[in-house]
Amino acid sequence: MVRHFARLAEKNHHVDRAIYPLGSCTMKYNPRVNEDVAALEGLAGVHPEVEGEYAQGAIAMMYHLGRFLAEISGMDAVSLQPPAGASGELVGMLMVRAYHADRGDQRKTVIVPDSAHGTNPASVALAGYCTMEVASGPDGRIDVDELRREVDGDTAAVMITNPNTLGVFETRIQEIIDVVHEAGALAYLDGANLNASLGIARSGDAGFDIMHFNLHKTFSAPHGGGGPGSGPVGVKAHLTKYLPYPLASRDEAKAEGYEYFMDYDRPKSIGKVHAVYGNFLVMAKAYAYILTLGPEGLRRVAENAVLNANYLQALLEPHYELPYKGYCQHEFVLSATRQKEEHGVRALDIAKRLLDYGVHAPTIYFPLIVKEALMIEPTETESRESLDRFAEAMIAIARESEETPELVTGAPTSTPVGRMDEACAARELDVCSWDGDREE
Amino acid sequence: MSEGLKYSETHEWLKIEGEEATLGLTDYAQGELGDIVFVELPAVGQVLAPGDVLTTIESVKSVSELYAPVAGEVTDVNTALDADPAILNKNAEGEGWILKMKIAPDADVSGLMTAEQYEAHTKG
Repeated sequence: MVRHFARLAEKNHHVDRAIYPLGSCTMKYNPRVNEDVAALEGLAGVHPEVEGEYAQGAIAMMYHLGRFLAEISGMDAVSLQPPAGASGELVGMLMVRAYHADRGDQRKTVIVPDSAHGTNPASVALAGYCTMEVASGPDGRIDVDELRREVDGDTAAVMITNPNTLGVFETRIQEIIDVVHEAGALAYLDGANLNASLGIARSGDAGFDIMHFNLHKTFSAPHGGGGPGSGPVGVKAHLTKYLPYPLASRDEAKAEGYEYFMDYDRPKSIGKVHAVYGNFLVMAKAYAYILTLGPEGLRRVAENAVLNANYLQALLEPHYELPYKGYCQHEFVLSATRQKEEHGVRALDIAKRLLDYGVHAPTIYFPLIVKEALMIEPTETESRESLDRFAEAMIAIARESEETPELVTGAPTSTPVGRMDEACAARELDVCSWDGDREE
Repeated sequence: MSEGLKYSETHEWLKIEGEEATLGLTDYAQGELGDIVFVELPAVGQVLAPGDVLTTIESVKSVSELYAPVAGEVTDVNTALDADPAILNKNAEGEGWILKMKIAPDADVSGLMTAEQYEAHTKG
């Protein structure tokens, strides 16, 4: 049995083996001590419906995790209930809807930049709004003049990722948020890229009204196997009443041992969005991570994440197109257009060839505004040796693309499974005959 | 690129014969999209204004939309694409046609490009 799982682990790629530089996914090392914390009997064994006075520790943990996230972001209150980032986005958009409905001012559209995560327009649509796209300027930042033209009395909110998916910080964020607020709309921050600004910049100070966090990216809870994740949502005081219920709360007037409680009495709440309190043990891992690092440690996370990304960018810029130049934040986006036009090697081929070098491929073909995109996020937990090895592999592949392109377009050759026929898998989707037999 | 076809900025080609036109996705665009795995065909009889969404095309990379370059009405669709969307990758500007339409009498075709102009557009 042990050998079966060991064999499977050997066939798989994971961050214990080598770098996993998926842009926008923050695949950092997940400290094992977090697993020990989540396995503590008092956390793993507590029944969710036990009376609050017998679960003070569990509720206190949720309350204080919420306070930590509020302090980190400059928000006033946080719900831990959404089980993923996209779920946090939807909760955010439903609160936007509740806010405008309360004011008798129902609006129709939400503005999303063209570099946004695909989940943004999906969340907008699920909440019953139409998406309007705002273009990025030549520097990869939101075109503020175009934003000004698009924002009007129908705009319910603007969703912004900062730094954005190009790894570029929106330097005019204050001005952008002023434009949004002057139109009576709300500003939403997609917190997927929070790793770049931990302890350095706070979205609440910039004027954002709502944001979500990804505990499974920024706060080291594991992800990549389909979850479970956790996507808490933070809001400014004027939106607290719309947060999902129940909310972990504290009544300081009560005696010790009774002060923490789950607050169900929230008549303006958008309702529950997950069973009981959300993914509780994922919260435990994030709580342990924050306590372990402390404020200085969290700031060092961001500093090293940005340093590592800039180091890699500088090593790779001579070998690949870098469409948006200048220092990056925690990630950067290369383009394989030179390799494609001159040698017929696409971003997909480069990604597959990296597997032969024992490296996980980065995100490809995203963001959509970069042709043949390779989106690289090394994270703060990779050493300089590991970054050098990744850069050497990328540079070797750039050379192979010129000299022996068929080696790259035929990759991978050393993995347990060779090149997948993705087109066939999508065209002839048949999940019933999984033994490989297909009807011709 | 084929001679005699007209091209739009949004990567549709049109073969205009009198008031009838055949429409498809350009060869350049299929190359950019990569392996196409699904084409959602419009309904015969659908009336189109310029800029209306005609079809959704899904490739292994992304989902894209085709737009009506001119006003008209859909008269026929290429149902062969339902069974084998790969035709679009093999022969986008011939066998991989998407629909036939009757062009509206007052339709404006002056904004369409020649093959040379479209080639310049894709390199710009």
